[in-house]
Amino acid sequence: MTDTGFVHQQASHCESGVMAAIVRHYGLPLSEPMAFGLASALAFAYLPCIKLAGLPLVSYRMPPRAILRGLQKPLGFSMRFETFRSPEKGAARLDELLDAGKVVGLQASVFWLPFMPPDFRFHFNAHNLLAYGRDAARGDYLLSDPVLEAPVRCARSDLTKARFARGILAPKGLLYYPASPPREPDWKRVLPAAIRKTARVMLGAPITLIGARGIVWMARAVERLPVADPRASKLYIGHLVRMQEEIGTGGGGFRFLYAAFLEEAARLAVRPALAELAGELVEIGDLWREFALAAARMIRDRDPLDPARLGVLLRAQSAREKTFFTALGKAAK
Amino acid sequence: MNIDEVPQEESAVYGGHRKGIYARGVDGRLCLVPSRGWEAEEIVTRQAVEAFEALAAAARERARAGQSSPLEYHMYRARMDVPMLAQASGLWRWRVRRHLRPAVFGKLPPDLRARYAEVLGIELAQLDMVD
Repeated sequence: MTDTGFVHQQASHCESGVMAAIVRHYGLPLSEPMAFGLASALAFAYLPCIKLAGLPLVSYRMPPRAILRGLQKPLGFSMRFETFRSPEKGAARLDELLDAGKVVGLQASVFWLPFMPPDFRFHFNAHNLLAYGRDAARGDYLLSDPVLEAPVRCARSDLTKARFARGILAPKGLLYYPASPPREPDWKRVLPAAIRKTARVMLGAPITLIGARGIVWMARAVERLPVADPRASKLYIGHLVRMQEEIGTGGGGFRFLYAAFLEEAARLAVRPALAELAGELVEIGDLWREFALAAARMIRDRDPLDPARLGVLLRAQSAREKTFFTALGKAAK
Repeated sequence: MNIDEVPQEESAVYGGHRKGIYARGVDGRLCLVPSRGWEAEEIVTRQAVEAFEALAAAARERARAGQSSPLEYHMYRARMDVPMLAQASGLWRWRVRRHLRPAVFGKLPPDLRARYAEVLGIELAQLDMVD
C-alpha cells in the first residue's frame, strides 16, 4: 500500500473540491471557493433544446471540466489529461500512477459508485473524485470523494465500471494530474480578471439563454406549465430544484460557494468592495433557496400548484442577478 | 445563510452522510458547514427516485402480463430510460424499443443479452426475471 501523505477535505462541489485538493497536494494552499471562482465557474444556463430524461438542461455553473482546465492559466501550471479506449488500459494506467506515488483526479459516473447514498445514484457521468493510493492485496482503491466527509475504499471492478460508464458526458476513463507544480499567482491581477469573466458570462453571453437573461427564459417556461397536468408540471419544477440544490452545488445554485470566493478574493486582491458584494450574493442565494422551498411545498401539495407564482420568483432572481453582476463587473475593473 | 440557519433535518436520502454548504460562521466569515439534510431537497430527490420506482413497478406488471419484456423493468430499475439505455449499450433507440417487446426479447442472441446485463449491472440469469 502506498502512502502519499494526502489529506482529505470535504467540499461542496466535486470539481472545485478535487482541483483544490490537487493544487494543495502539489504544493500551493488553495481553498475550494478559490478554485471555483478563479476558474470563473459560476454561470447560469437554461438550454431547452438539450433534454435529460425529457427535461431541459439547467445549470448554475460552467460546463464540466471548466475548473479542471480553467486553473491552469492563472496558476501557471499545466494539467495532464488521459482518456482510454479500453477499461483494462485505464485501470492499469491508474495503478501505475498510484504506485508511482501520484494523487490522481478521476471522472466517473455517480450511479456506479457503491459508496454513494442510494438516493443520490443517478446516471450523472461528470462526477469527479481523487485516488490517492491503492491496496493491491485487497484490490481496493483509496479514494477521496470531495463531497463526502471521509475518504472511502472502492473495489477495483466498481471504480472501473464507474470510470467507463457510457452515455452523455461519458468519462472514457478520464484521469488527470499536474504535469508541473502550480505557482502562487499575482492575486491582484488574476482575481479581477477571473471575476470580470464571470460578469461577462452572466451579462453578455451571445445567446440570451445563458446568464441572468436565461433565468427569464426559465421563468417563462415555468409559467407555461399546465396546472391540469400536475404530475408532469411537478416533475419539471422538481428538476429545476434538483439542479439547484442537490449534492455538489453547496446550496443556492453555487451562489453561496461563489460568495465565499468573493470574500476571500476581497482579502487577497485588497478590494474590500468584493466583500460587500459577497454579502449581497449570499442574499441572492437565500432567495434561490426560497424558490426551492416554494417549489417543494407545491410538489408535496402543501401549497396549491401555482406556476405563475414561481415565475414571479424567478423573474425577480433574474433582475437581482443582473444588478448584482453589473456591480461585480464594475468592482473588478 | 448563517451557520445556525443551515438545515440539519436528518434527511433519509443522505443515508447518514453530511453534505457541505457555505454559510456565515460566528466570526462573520463564510465557511463550509456540514448539513444533515434539508426537507426541500429531500422532497425533490425522493420525487425523482419515486418516478423511476413507479415506472419500474408498472413495467413489472406489464412484463408479468406478457405485454412487455423484462428488459423494460430492468431499465427503469437501473434509473434509465430508452435514450439512456441506447447510449449506454451502443444500440439504436429503435432497436432497444424493439427489445422491449416480449417476442423479440425472447429471441435475443446471447451477445446482446450479455451486453444488456453488463450495462444494467445485473447477472445474465436475472435478465429474464422480474423479481
